[in-house]
Amino acid sequence: MRHTISVIVENEFGVLSRVAGLFSGRGFNIDSLSVAPTNEESISRMTIVTRGDEQILEQITKHLNKLIDVIKVIDFADEDSIEREMALIKVSAEDSDRAEILRIVDIFRAKIIDVTPKSYTIEATGSPSKIDAILELLRPLGLKELVRTGPVAIGRGAKGWKG
Amino acid sequence: MKLAGAKILLECLKLEGVDTVFAYPGGTVINIFDELYSCPEIKNILPRHEQAAVHAADGYARASGKVGVAIATSGPGATNTVTGIATAYMDSIPLVVITGQVPTALIGNDAFQEVDIIGITRPCTKHNFLVKNVKDLPAIVKKAFYIARTGRPGPVLIDLPKDVQVATTEFKYPDSIELRGYKPTIEGHPRQIAKASNLLLSAKKPVIYVGGGVVLANAADALFRLSTTLNAPVTTTLMGLGAFPEDNPLSLGLLGMHGTYYANMAVMNCDLLVAVGARFDDRVTGKVAAFAPQAKIIHIDVDPTSIRKNVRVDLPIVGDVSDVLSKLTDVLGDFPEAVDNFRNNVKPWLGEIEAWKAKHPLTYKHAASVIKPQMVIQKLKELSKDDAIIATDVGQHQMWTAQFFRFTRPRTLLTSGGLGTMGFGLPAAMGAQVAFPNRQVIAICGDGGFQMNLQEMATLVQNKLPVKICVMNNNFLGMVRQWQELFFDKRYSNTVMDLPIDFVMLAEAFGAKGFQATKPEEVEDVIKKGFKTSGPVIMEFKIAREEKVLPMVPAGASLSEMVLAS
Repeated sequence: MRHTISVIVENEFGVLSRVAGLFSGRGFNIDSLSVAPTNEESISRMTIVTRGDEQILEQITKHLNKLIDVIKVIDFADEDSIEREMALIKVSAEDSDRAEILRIVDIFRAKIIDVTPKSYTIEATGSPSKIDAILELLRPLGLKELVRTGPVAIGRGAKGWKG
Repeated sequence: MKLAGAKILLECLKLEGVDTVFAYPGGTVINIFDELYSCPEIKNILPRHEQAAVHAADGYARASGKVGVAIATSGPGATNTVTGIATAYMDSIPLVVITGQVPTALIGNDAFQEVDIIGITRPCTKHNFLVKNVKDLPAIVKKAFYIARTGRPGPVLIDLPKDVQVATTEFKYPDSIELRGYKPTIEGHPRQIAKASNLLLSAKKPVIYVGGGVVLANAADALFRLSTTLNAPVTTTLMGLGAFPEDNPLSLGLLGMHGTYYANMAVMNCDLLVAVGARFDDRVTGKVAAFAPQAKIIHIDVDPTSIRKNVRVDLPIVGDVSDVLSKLTDVLGDFPEAVDNFRNNVKPWLGEIEAWKAKHPLTYKHAASVIKPQMVIQKLKELSKDDAIIATDVGQHQMWTAQFFRFTRPRTLLTSGGLGTMGFGLPAAMGAQVAFPNRQVIAICGDGGFQMNLQEMATLVQNKLPVKICVMNNNFLGMVRQWQELFFDKRYSNTVMDLPIDFVMLAEAFGAKGFQATKPEEVEDVIKKGFKTSGPVIMEFKIAREEKVLPMVPAGASLSEMVLAS
């Protein structure tokens, strides 16, 4: 089962490697990981997408909580949440395909952020499944390069993570 | 007044109640040693190897319950501490290890004696700190000690660059520290405890399975009260030995791979297993799928990650095991009739266990011509003081000690259970002797393990530490040889250590005394002479070379598939 987990951590050196080391040392999967500081300078937030059965997920969240630098772990399987991911996509854009690519970009409310006579670079934002969908349409036209951020997630409603 | 980092470190240690450290000098810690030179409140025991420094601090901590402190220099000094740190981590021993580091400006430059010890020890410490600013040092030391000794204890490393030791700042030790990501659960949840009491009272075939957590939490008294209130039998892991007196009829001794027949049979047939401060290690459970098949499991542990890691658990209770056991017994006290009923209902079960004990007691074949190691252990028990502290290495002699010494008090067996570190015994005994100068401390080693840290003989002699060392010499790496005999067709690949070392002469070379027994009738005499001699002593016992540790559950087999002593 796929889980998206937010990990609220102290904004200190070495924290990322503690978290990454925990996953590799215990054989847990990481599908994606993104990390950046939050509105509080001393706190960073990681979003980790992982997979495993219920027992593994329980161990993952327990082990994350056990790390001294981890302040809070939120497993979004238990909560109503929104996920967003960004992709930068470089596609071949020969004359015959240019109009079709623009149409796809328009449908997905994506943006062209760089143009050459032979290529477009597209910025797309949305849920991971939306990114998958635009990629599926662009792939036959010739994907030259793809960068995905991995999703970030936030709980729905008025409350922040501190409750 | 402004103080230098090195001085601040020692001031912090004093305020944490540290009066002894195990420290080995070097270029990046020379400032700390310079401060030690004029610090009569902190005594250093100078070991001969940094690994031994950490094992000694570990033995000191295991025996006394206090936080052990070791100091080493950067680079090779730091890497030498790693085995000691990993040993303490696996057995949850509270340590603060301080390593020197190259000056902050040189970190990452491949400087002389530089190593990323923070990176190296990240997976084998409870936490570690690199001190970048001398202003942070007091709070970091306070955090290190707090983290090391609370919750599930463990080793914490502080990496202290040389320039931070030299830099000065106004010294103030913080009254309190804030660790928003570290809030161990100490009190067990009352509702879970109430549920546990109900589950217990409805059981007819209970077993209490006790691990090192009970020793670490000083919960032996609380355990005794629970067990004797209910008349419930107790089996212990290697790390749990001493938590429950083995001379009590409710004791089943050791369980698992080399556990007693009756402990393993009890676990396999019980209807309720109460695991306390134990973590269902593979050496305990054997084949997990076949472990305690009919039992409901209550698991009490301070570390939530231990729960449901290896086995299903019907009722978890997270908390300090001493707190939980006491409260559980208190709750049972509210139901005297139910407890009386329970004690009656459990009688047939205790009868079954007695029958198993009678059928296959822990035993070995005696011999007239050759020294049986089990006999040596029994003699050591008979001739040693009641409060003697025993440290072991790892291997056959460790298991014979676990089986035949019959421990009755907590913190009297110091052994590397989780990591299984050969070479642990001698330095750990050294640390225990430093903690308790007036108690009898005995290191039981094999000839293999002893040779891994025998340089510490010098430390013993120099510091007048009267550790009595028993070398159970079979000129084999005995446990591996046993596996080769049983599972590899007696192909004794590289387990034969046939050089006849003269251990008596070795002892004398260090200025200690040595005695040797080659025949069974000499054993008692050698032990008596060894115990009577002041100062450190090596007692070498030439034991039956191909004696096996039995019973044995082959790795991966179920606990009911024991190979028994014939």
